[in-house]
Amino acid sequence: MSPAELLDRVFTFEGTGQLLALDFVQSSLLAGALLALVAGALGPLVVARQVSFAVHGTSELTFTGAAAALLVSASAVSVGALVGAVTAALVFGLLGLRERERERDSVIGVVLAFGLGLGGLFLWLYEGRASNQFSLLFGQIVAVGRDDLWLLAAAVAAVLVVLAAAWRPLLFASVDADVARARGVPVRGLSVVFAVLVGVATGLAVPTVGALLVLALLITPAAAAAHLTANPVTAMLLATLIAEVAVVGGIVASLAPGAPISAYVTAIAFVMYLSCRVTGAVRARRGSSRRAVTT
Amino acid sequence: MNGAHVTTAGGTEATPQVHRRSRDAAAVRLRDARLAYGTRTLWDGLDLDVSPGEFLAVLGPNGSGKTSLLRVLLGLTPLSAGRVELAGSPARRGSRTVGYVPQQRALEPGLTLRGRDLVGLGLDGHRWGFGLPSPTRRQRVLEALDAVGARQYANAPVGQLSGGEQQRLRVAQALVGDPDVLLCDEPLLSLDLAHQRTVSELIDARRRAAGTAVLFVTHEINPVLPMVDRVLYLVDGRFRIGAPDEVMTSAVLSELYATEVDVIRVRDRLLVVGAPDHDHHLGQP
Repeated sequence: MSPAELLDRVFTFEGTGQLLALDFVQSSLLAGALLALVAGALGPLVVARQVSFAVHGTSELTFTGAAAALLVSASAVSVGALVGAVTAALVFGLLGLRERERERDSVIGVVLAFGLGLGGLFLWLYEGRASNQFSLLFGQIVAVGRDDLWLLAAAVAAVLVVLAAAWRPLLFASVDADVARARGVPVRGLSVVFAVLVGVATGLAVPTVGALLVLALLITPAAAAAHLTANPVTAMLLATLIAEVAVVGGIVASLAPGAPISAYVTAIAFVMYLSCRVTGAVRARRGSSRRAVTT
Repeated sequence: MNGAHVTTAGGTEATPQVHRRSRDAAAVRLRDARLAYGTRTLWDGLDLDVSPGEFLAVLGPNGSGKTSLLRVLLGLTPLSAGRVELAGSPARRGSRTVGYVPQQRALEPGLTLRGRDLVGLGLDGHRWGFGLPSPTRRQRVLEALDAVGARQYANAPVGQLSGGEQQRLRVAQALVGDPDVLLCDEPLLSLDLAHQRTVSELIDARRRAAGTAVLFVTHEINPVLPMVDRVLYLVDGRFRIGAPDEVMTSAVLSELYATEVDVIRVRDRLLVVGAPDHDHHLGQP
């Protein structure tokens, strides 16, 4: 295949219009938009708490949980993913309370490598369709049914409600745990709450967007937003917007080529990250410097 | 001499402008307080009254229970025996009567938090919910920023400020709730001399203007020596409370350390020579 043909194959919108009219395409777009909402909202706190690696570990272990569930029944995958994700997030969250940072990261690395290997074994044992296996890593958003959508919407709403209720103490504990503790904020309890929130979000996202894509939703938009604003609320809104553009844009772009959505979503997120970074740097250089970064 | 103490003597003449807080109620009151971890007793029989507006320096070597004392006052560690009261009520976790200034530790450069957000957390960061912006809240935060001269970096990302600027914001954060007692845990550590002076002068000005009692844990008394009304010096379960001139003497410190210690006065600085383990590292008890 020549480079031109390759490009044509990857970037084509032939028939995108008809595809968008399809029911299952609309369901996946809605699912993607819901996931982006929760990922964008949680992302800035993930970045502030410096737990990106733990989130990555959580999404890999979600894959393990989903793969194990696949052995039982293909319909148990989402439950398996959720159980795997919340367990992993809780373990890493509690680990973060006890271990020093360096030890924490190496322990996460050790556990996630083992979990990934175990997941590989489960997939090998699984005798169903190979596409199910592939989708756990790279996402299979077309698999979202109407019922799944309602469940997803309910779970996303629950995460957002808890996040809003715990927002101030969670932010306090995330930016300055010592002072927050001194002010009576239940720092440990909030770590557990946050771990569960991240676990639920990851567990929801993995069967749909794939284990490898979760970081593109949770980390990239938040990291991009941080280059444009220091206001925590604006950062959260901006991260959500970036996540939405990446997911919805990525799904639409992947329709006509029929390619896995992960490449498109991550690419859009990455390009937005780069432009935010450049914009932030240019703004900082324009003399007005750091004091100018206001809202 | 275990238990030697001077009750609420210092401070009154140093605080002519205490207007809002009653003078009779001690801001901090410890009675026969004992703190022990397992078989190890950090201190015992500690009686201490700190008046509103008084500046008390808490000194002592590593592991002598300075930080633990703050934890007791913050309600994070219960006393093994005795009583502890802040502004008349028992110490409890998350009390509004206490402000807390920690050691300077750099905030992440990429943190999405502005100076005003950091200060605002001191006002309502412990409350549940999202917290909608209100003119009153905004006003209080700006006043707190003004009080420490940090208005010009209200909107700057905190992670990009210098250590001294961050520490000013932390003082504002501790004071924005208008506490009766300000607890400072080595707030000058890792600051350069100029910033040490600014931060300690801010704290000094506040306690004079608003009658806030200050407990200032430090391994180094010199930066705050001119402001200190009394010293609580803790060593291995022994302690002494009194004016700096009474406590910071060769005789008293030699007794506390149970070894020969010399205190030398060079101009307006005190040099403590021969005290073992006078390092800067503070950890959990």
